[in-house]
Amino acid sequence: MTSLPTTPGLGFKPEHFADIAGRPGAVGFYEVHAENCMGAGGAPHAMLDALRADHALSVHGVGLSIGGAGPLDADHLARVARVIDRFQPASFSEHLAWSSHGAAWLNDLLPLPYTDATLAAVCAHVDQVQDRLGRRMLLENPATYVTFAQSTWDETAFLAEIARRTGCGLLLDVNNVFVSAVNHRFDPRAYLAAFPLHAVGEIHLAGHDTEDLPSGPLLIDSHGRPVADPVWALYAEVIARTGPLPTLVEWDTDVPAFDVLLEEAARAGRVLDAARQGQADAA
Amino acid sequence: MTTKTLALPLAASIAAALSLAGSHATAQSAEMEKCFGISLAGQNDCAAGPGTTCAGTSTVDYQGNAWTLVAAGTCTTIELPAMADGSARVGSLEELDRDLPPA
Amino acid sequence: MPPDPAHRALQAQFHAGLWGGPVPDGVTAPAEAEAARRFNVYRNNVRHGLSRALAARFPVIEQLVGGDFFTAMAGVFAAQHPPETPVLLAWGEAFPAFLTAFPPVAHLPWLACVARIELARGRAYHAADADPADPAALAVGDPAGLRLTLHPSVALYTSPFPAVAIWRAHQPGAVPGTPLPPGPSHALIARAPGFQVVVEPVDPGTHAVLTALAGGAPLGHAAGQTDPTPALTLLLRHGLITAITTGDAP
Repeated sequence: MTSLPTTPGLGFKPEHFADIAGRPGAVGFYEVHAENCMGAGGAPHAMLDALRADHALSVHGVGLSIGGAGPLDADHLARVARVIDRFQPASFSEHLAWSSHGAAWLNDLLPLPYTDATLAAVCAHVDQVQDRLGRRMLLENPATYVTFAQSTWDETAFLAEIARRTGCGLLLDVNNVFVSAVNHRFDPRAYLAAFPLHAVGEIHLAGHDTEDLPSGPLLIDSHGRPVADPVWALYAEVIARTGPLPTLVEWDTDVPAFDVLLEEAARAGRVLDAARQGQADAA
Repeated sequence: MTTKTLALPLAASIAAALSLAGSHATAQSAEMEKCFGISLAGQNDCAAGPGTTCAGTSTVDYQGNAWTLVAAGTCTTIELPAMADGSARVGSLEELDRDLPPA
Repeated sequence: MPPDPAHRALQAQFHAGLWGGPVPDGVTAPAEAEAARRFNVYRNNVRHGLSRALAARFPVIEQLVGGDFFTAMAGVFAAQHPPETPVLLAWGEAFPAFLTAFPPVAHLPWLACVARIELARGRAYHAADADPADPAALAVGDPAGLRLTLHPSVALYTSPFPAVAIWRAHQPGAVPGTPLPPGPSHALIARAPGFQVVVEPVDPGTHAVLTALAGGAPLGHAAGQTDPTPALTLLLRHGLITAITTGDAP
C-alpha cells in the first residue's frame, strides 16, 4: 500500500475538476468524502478515476459513526469497502464522532463523552473497520461546541489510547484543536504537547467562523474561509516537531476559485519546505 | 404525434433513426467537462453550517398555527392552461390552513 | 461487545434533543448557562445540512416555492423522513410523496410531479455505467424480433400536468413567460455518454414504445401501431442502447 505524499493536498470539489485537469500535480493529493463516491457510477466515478491517474487519493469517511453506542452499520462498512476497492486510495480516515441513531442518519459529526465505556466502543469499531478494510485507518480529532460532565478522559489521552489499542493512526486537524481550545477555554499548545504526534499520518487545516457568546467567542468549524493565522502558527509548530506530513486544506462551504485553494496549499507547502530544510540542515 | 395507421416498415424506421441520430457517440469531451461539477444530489461533508447559536431553538410545527409561510417563489407566476375537460387547473387561492390536520 | 447502557441512553437523549427535546444530561460548557446555546449549534447543523442537501437535489422546487419556504419545509421533511443511510446522494426518494401530502402546498398539485423529474435526474446522474452498443446490430436480422437493453439510467416519466414544461422553464436559458402547454406530459430521462442528464419531452405514443422496450418487449411488439422512429432516434442519439439481441435469447 502506498501512503500519502508529505505535500499539501486539497479537498476535491467537483466544480474544480476542469481546473485540476488543466494543472495536474498542482498539489500532491486530493481528498474525497467516501459517501460522495457511493453512487453506482457516472460522473463522480469518472472524475475520481481521472484524479487518481495523476494524484494520490485520500478517502475521508463521514458516515461510519465510529463513536456510536450501537454496532457499526455493516451495510455502510461494506459500501466503504467497495469505495476502497474501487479507487485504491493511499489513505482512509474517519472521525472520532457519531452521526447515526437507530436507522436515522443525522448528517453531523456529534460529540461523545470520553469514558472507559466509550473508549471500548470506539476501539471495537476501529478494530472492525481495520479488519474489514484490511488496512490501517486514521482517526480524526473533533471540533466540539459542548463537553460532557460524564467524561473521565482527556481527549488527547483518549486518542492516544485508541491508537495504542487498535494500532490506528491519527489525523490531526489543527483547526479543530484551535476551535475546541477557544470554545472550551483551554490552551491549544498544551493540547498539542499532550497529543500523540508519533501516530499522526495526516494533518487537516481549514477556516472557521466566530460567534460571540456572553462569556467569549464560540468558533464554528465552517470550512468556509481561509485558515486563520493562529492555526497556521500552531501548524508550523507541529510540523517543526514532526517533520513534513501530508497536509490537507479543506474548504467545503462558499467554495472559492481553485486559485484561492492553491494559495492556501502553497502556504502549507512553505511550512513543509521549511521543515525539510531544517531536517537537511540538521543532517 | 407521429402515430401512423400503417406501421412504417421497421427496417425503414431503424434506418431513419440511425440517420437522424447521427454519430453523437463521439465528440463528447467538452460536454463531459461541462457535466463534471454538477452533483444533482446532496453532498456529504464534514463542515458546520453558518451562524448557528441562535437558530434551531424552536421546532417548526406545520400542524399548528406555527406554519405562517406561504410558498412565494416562481410558483406564484405559474398558470396551468385549461384542461381538455374545461376545468381551470390554476392554483387554488383558498386559505392555506383549510386542510390542516388537527394540531 | 454489548453497548454501554449509559452511552446508549445519552445518545438517545442527544438525538431527541436535536429534534426539539431538552438539552441532554451532562452537556456542559465553561459558562454552564451557555450550554443550551452551544447545543443549538448541533441542532442547527443537522437542519441546515439536510436542508442544503435537499435543495441540491430539488433546485427547481426551491425556486418554485422560494428559499425561506423551502428551508422550513425541508425541516419538516427531514424530521419525518430522515436519511436512512449516510449516503446523502440517495436521500430524498420520499420527497414527492411528501409534497403531495403537505397541506401548505396543497394548492400546487403539480409540485410533486416536478420533484419526480428532479428525483429521476439525480438517479440517472448516479446510475451504473454501461457502454452504448454498436448500432450496426440493429440492421441485422428480423427487426421485429430485436430486443434492446437500455442504459441503467433510463427512466420513463409521465405526469397528468405539464410538469416537464414547468421544469424546463426553470433551466438556464429558458425564455421567461413561455405559456405552458395544456394537459399531461411525458419524457425520457437518462444520462448520455458525456454524463449530461437529458430530459427529452416525448409524445404519448413514443412514451409507450420506450416503456415497452425498457420492459424487454421485442421491437415489433413494442412498436405496435406506433412509428418507433422517434423512440429509436432518441435512444441512439443519447447512446442509451447498451445491448441488441435477436430472437428469443435474452
